[in-house]
Amino acid sequence: MTDELPRTDAAADAAGDARPAAGEPLLRIEGVAKTFGTFRAVDGVSLDIKAGEFFALLGPSGCGKTTLLRMLAGFEAPDEGRILLGGKDIAQALPHKRPINMMFQNYALFPHLTVRDNVAFGLRRAGMARADIATRVAEMVALVKLDGLEKRKPDQLSGGQRQRVALARALARRPQLLLLDEPLAALDKKLRENTQGELMELQRRLGMTFIIVTHDQEEAMTMASRIGVMNAGRLAQVAGPRELYEAPRSRWIAEFVGDINLFDAESKLRDGHRLVIGTRDAGTLVVAEPRQPVGESRFSVAIRPEKIKLSRRGPVREAGHETAINRLDGVIADICYLGGTTTYKVKLDTGGMVQASVANSARLDVDAYSLNQQIVAWFTPDDCVVLPS
Amino acid sequence: MRKVSRLSRFNIASLALGLAFLYLPILILVIYSFNASRLVTVWGGWSLRWYHEFFGDRAMIEASWMSLRVAVASATIATLIGTLAAVALARGERFRGRTLFSGMLYAPLVMPEVITGLSLLLLFVALNAERGFWTVTIAHTTLTMCFVAVVVQSRLGSLDRSLEEAAMDLGCAPVRAFLSVTLPLIAPAIVAGWMLAFTLSLDDLVIASFTTGPGSATLPIRIYSEVRLGVKPEINAICTLVIALIAVVIVIASLASKLSSSQGESAAPL
Amino acid sequence: MSARRIFARPARFAAIAPYVWMALFFLVPFGFVLKISLSQTAIAQPPYEPVFHLTAGWTAIRAAFAALGFDNFRLIASDDLYLFAYLRSLTVAVTATALLLLIGYPIAYGMARLPKRWQAVAMVLVIVPFWTSFLIRIYAWINILQHDGLLNQILLALHLVSEPVVWLSTDTAMYVGIVYSYLPFMILPLYATLAKMEPALEEAASDLGAPRWQVFWLVTFPLSLPGVGAGVLLCFIPVVGEFVIPDLLAGSNSLMIGQTLWLEFFTNKDWPVASSAAIVLLVVLLLPLLLYERLQRRQLEER
Repeated sequence: MTDELPRTDAAADAAGDARPAAGEPLLRIEGVAKTFGTFRAVDGVSLDIKAGEFFALLGPSGCGKTTLLRMLAGFEAPDEGRILLGGKDIAQALPHKRPINMMFQNYALFPHLTVRDNVAFGLRRAGMARADIATRVAEMVALVKLDGLEKRKPDQLSGGQRQRVALARALARRPQLLLLDEPLAALDKKLRENTQGELMELQRRLGMTFIIVTHDQEEAMTMASRIGVMNAGRLAQVAGPRELYEAPRSRWIAEFVGDINLFDAESKLRDGHRLVIGTRDAGTLVVAEPRQPVGESRFSVAIRPEKIKLSRRGPVREAGHETAINRLDGVIADICYLGGTTTYKVKLDTGGMVQASVANSARLDVDAYSLNQQIVAWFTPDDCVVLPS
Repeated sequence: MRKVSRLSRFNIASLALGLAFLYLPILILVIYSFNASRLVTVWGGWSLRWYHEFFGDRAMIEASWMSLRVAVASATIATLIGTLAAVALARGERFRGRTLFSGMLYAPLVMPEVITGLSLLLLFVALNAERGFWTVTIAHTTLTMCFVAVVVQSRLGSLDRSLEEAAMDLGCAPVRAFLSVTLPLIAPAIVAGWMLAFTLSLDDLVIASFTTGPGSATLPIRIYSEVRLGVKPEINAICTLVIALIAVVIVIASLASKLSSSQGESAAPL
Repeated sequence: MSARRIFARPARFAAIAPYVWMALFFLVPFGFVLKISLSQTAIAQPPYEPVFHLTAGWTAIRAAFAALGFDNFRLIASDDLYLFAYLRSLTVAVTATALLLLIGYPIAYGMARLPKRWQAVAMVLVIVPFWTSFLIRIYAWINILQHDGLLNQILLALHLVSEPVVWLSTDTAMYVGIVYSYLPFMILPLYATLAKMEPALEEAASDLGAPRWQVFWLVTFPLSLPGVGAGVLLCFIPVVGEFVIPDLLAGSNSLMIGQTLWLEFFTNKDWPVASSAAIVLLVVLLLPLLLYERLQRRQLEER
């Protein structure tokens, strides 16, 4: 029983022998698959997670991210593949035999127990001594700033307080890995943003490994050091937030993470380090040569809305820049004021539609564009990405 | 509030009439039990005369004692087995013979009592069992455990499954998770199931008539044979006592279940 | 293996005790009813033959089986008494169920429209009479309906009638008794579906131009049909086999099947015929029973 709970502090734990050898990942997921009836929820996922990482599984609902998380917790057993924690296969181990804890989406606080008993629940199961439990509970309660509420029942707490109890309860056993299933989904926007910061700070301080499941890309990008985007049971891309946004690996990821303009390519010509691409909707575009060579398959040119500049007369040359400029002429077809930015939809003379996002840097903007105004949209070749369709 | 305005005059009238219909006859019976007059229908002033009469009636007292013993015994057994049945139905997923199992549990809820009573009697005769306390207890257990199963199952079904998962995540083996988290949460339903079983057993005439033996009549059997001969004021008194007993059981049980669940009402002491 | 299955394994062990109990005390007894319905009446203890003795050996059991026959069913089919009893049971059950629905629906509807807090109170108020004894509630009506009972006293006092009306031992009294006893069984499933209904649906209907009665007929009522079904079955099935209410409140010139069964069993000591009557009753109720079982299972298990 006792080996289920590493008694040492998480920081000391990192040096302990329960940890994988240097360079080895803490968690290794190998070709894991899970089928429900005829539905293949998780379809051959392989992933390494290093100790101390804050990893996010991001994807639309039904993409298999929650099923993957539940397999890590032990609530589902994979049909195929291995799950190695510190080199030991735990794929078939029951949930209570794993040094992993989970924070549930709806918190799953025991309504018949007080805050204190909820936090102590896992410690009692581990056979910890009474005095140690009291100390650990006090420590956890202080950690999540719930002092004074120990004797409350869950239904006497606010949503944010409940979320903290759930966190304290899951952390109390000092798990090697903490799983968080949409932990902030039930909180309103402001509280969610504050809590994101607190979670990150907590993770850094404890040096623990967190895996969070979320469908909110902003949340994933804010908190996680690495993000795994899932689609239809597979990992579509694993990358840091910046790489995911600026260098998405596929058209699907580009569209799922943030907004993007896509132009289907019809022809291509090599010109030094550039590709000259003929598109149906936006005429000829010059793009930087992609790292992966573009094969003969169909592909498209992608550009994020905030990378597109607008002006009345044409591209503004910046000093020292000799780069070729992509220039698109059109009229403003739609204006969407969002506060910090304004999104303009430009109907191109070549027939396509392009979306440009412009920061509202002045409170009184007399030069703001108006509907049906003739406009020039322009962007540099380096801001474009070539994506296989 | 808008909710209130949804209530039409027709709604209020039907509610009031409905409740009056449900409660007036019982109220009248209770009042008449304190009637001093021998003629049931003539009001002769307040009196406890018929209660005295009842406590002097050995046969009635014996029948009451028998009924109480049967009700406590059968309700207790039914609660144990019925809760097990509810757990199997609500948590057992698919298993062989599940359809037959649920069928056997749901059918007695509506099965005419004459059929249940007759079939059990024939079983007891075939087994050559001596009819009396135990045969009635077994018969009542068979009927009432189905009610317990339904009450507990519906509570189990509405329980958030992630609570059990959280318990396992925090180190409980499945059975342990059930005992330390699920059981306390369904305790009010189990208590309610026991109450229901108790009152159903105390109430039953038909099944008890079939399954009891000579010399061990239950209270409803006694009341029934008296009522067939005509209305007697003593019966009013007995009925009032039974109603009072059931009321006490309900109050105690609901207090107990409130204590055990102790959630909801008690607002946060801010 | 999933979390559900982790729990399923120990949960299935819980099925053993109730399974054995119900098989022994619910299923097996029907075998005896069937067997005895095929036996002959005898003046003996128990009053039928042949009697199985499992100790008597295989040939004796075969001989006993050979002696079984359908005579009792032929008797039931040919005797008008039984035919009328079955018809009367069905008529009474249909009429009573219709009355229950007519009376129960407005009450359930009123409950569902109460503010949330009052709904819980109303629900308790409807359930409480169900906890008080069935027999006592019937008896309470005898008090009221008898010749010099409260009802006649009031009617006479108000000069609505010139002499006491005969209430007791009439079908009217019986229907009052049935409606009174079964009303909670009709109200509760109706209330359950009505209370679950999204209020926005009715609002949407009137927003789209439906007057009140159309809102009810086109939206509320169709959506409450599952509750209507449950309530109807919950009342209809037991009323068909009802014994106590017709015995105490109705006249004795026409009997319901539950009464004839009781009579054959307790008065005539004809166990085989009583068993046959039970079998026929069971066959009549088989379809509604199966419907009810399906409904109950869907309600409890498919959330």
